Amino acid sequence: MNHRVTHQKAWWMVLPVVALVAFNAVIPLMTVVNYSFQETFGDNVFFWEGTRWYLQILQSDRFHAALYRQLIFTGIVLAVEIPLGIAIALCMPRKGIGVSVCLVLMALPLLIPWNVVGAMWNIFALPDIGLLGRGINALGIDYNFTRQPLSAWFTVILMDIWHWTSLVVLLCYAGLCAIPNAYYQAGKIDGAGNWQIFRHIQLPKLKRVLTIAILLRFMDSFMIYTEPFVLTGGGPGNATTFLSIDLVKIALGQFDLGPAAAMSLIYFIIILLLCWVFHTLMMRGEERS
Amino acid sequence: MPDLSWMAWTWPTAAFFALLALALVAMTLWEKFAPGGGPRRGILGLDTTRGDRLFISVLGGVIIHLAWLGLFGPPLLAPLGVSILFAVGVFRWV
Repeated sequence: MNHRVTHQKAWWMVLPVVALVAFNAVIPLMTVVNYSFQETFGDNVFFWEGTRWYLQILQSDRFHAALYRQLIFTGIVLAVEIPLGIAIALCMPRKGIGVSVCLVLMALPLLIPWNVVGAMWNIFALPDIGLLGRGINALGIDYNFTRQPLSAWFTVILMDIWHWTSLVVLLCYAGLCAIPNAYYQAGKIDGAGNWQIFRHIQLPKLKRVLTIAILLRFMDSFMIYTEPFVLTGGGPGNATTFLSIDLVKIALGQFDLGPAAAMSLIYFIIILLLCWVFHTLMMRGEERS
Repeated sequence: MPDLSWMAWTWPTAAFFALLALALVAMTLWEKFAPGGGPRRGILGLDTTRGDRLFISVLGGVIIHLAWLGLFGPPLLAPLGVSILFAVGVFRWV
């Protein structure tokens, strides 16, 4: 039987959001599409270029290198932050004063503005005066993130882990707290150990929050700009020039608005595609389980 | 009429957005006459509605065009044909 909804006046309530999204997302996106096919030197004068900028970006070694760096960075960040976030959430207390203490400590990195995080880590990691930099050098390891690409990568990744693992922790903790006690009791009656409880009760129940955590962390890390820009400025050389840093260099540094618009759209399509793939794979797993 | 010269409109990009808007209107009308979204599980094992299939078709079409441009360069008539075939395939089987 077909149950049709007859009272649909509530849809009108959505209009303000539609208007807001139109002004802050759709219209700018349309403008970027228009720019990506043209050349401009200012004063709203444009020259049709067709697919030239797309061709230029798609065949540019610079874009390939930035995309490659971005994929590696996002892969490492996800591979570390997701398991670490789950592990920390599992270790956090579920009652008592410890809950508030842990939640506040976990929330702290998320409350710090991104440029401040970059500045903090810049000072923290300086090899001559920073605690981290001096500490690593005192261990006999040659570390200087302003000169060595490997050190710069290590610092950027460590900074991101420090900044964003808390988000995964808080989401997983909320997911763990929502699991009814009856599941644990049933597990105990069946003689399940900690690993089996984690594998067969906690992890399946965390699937939805993990989907959100992975998507959020994927999107954020794939679009990361402020922290590495403040910390390394994309250097040394181009070692930590990720896609967004490269995009800003093209758009604002070189004022090549056409190529920057084409790059933005390719960047957007990559994010859209990867998010769709992640979401589809995780939802498929959800249906199966 | 507001001055929209800052948006740098051209006929080809306007036609592209008009087609997208038409597709959305067509989907709305389709939903009006055949409500429910036509959910089904296709050959990829995905549960999709008509809206999902449109999304996959448009995203796939854009990726086909970009991949063609990157690999073979212009003209783009061939990827246009491939994209239309892809969209028909998605609406038929996915």
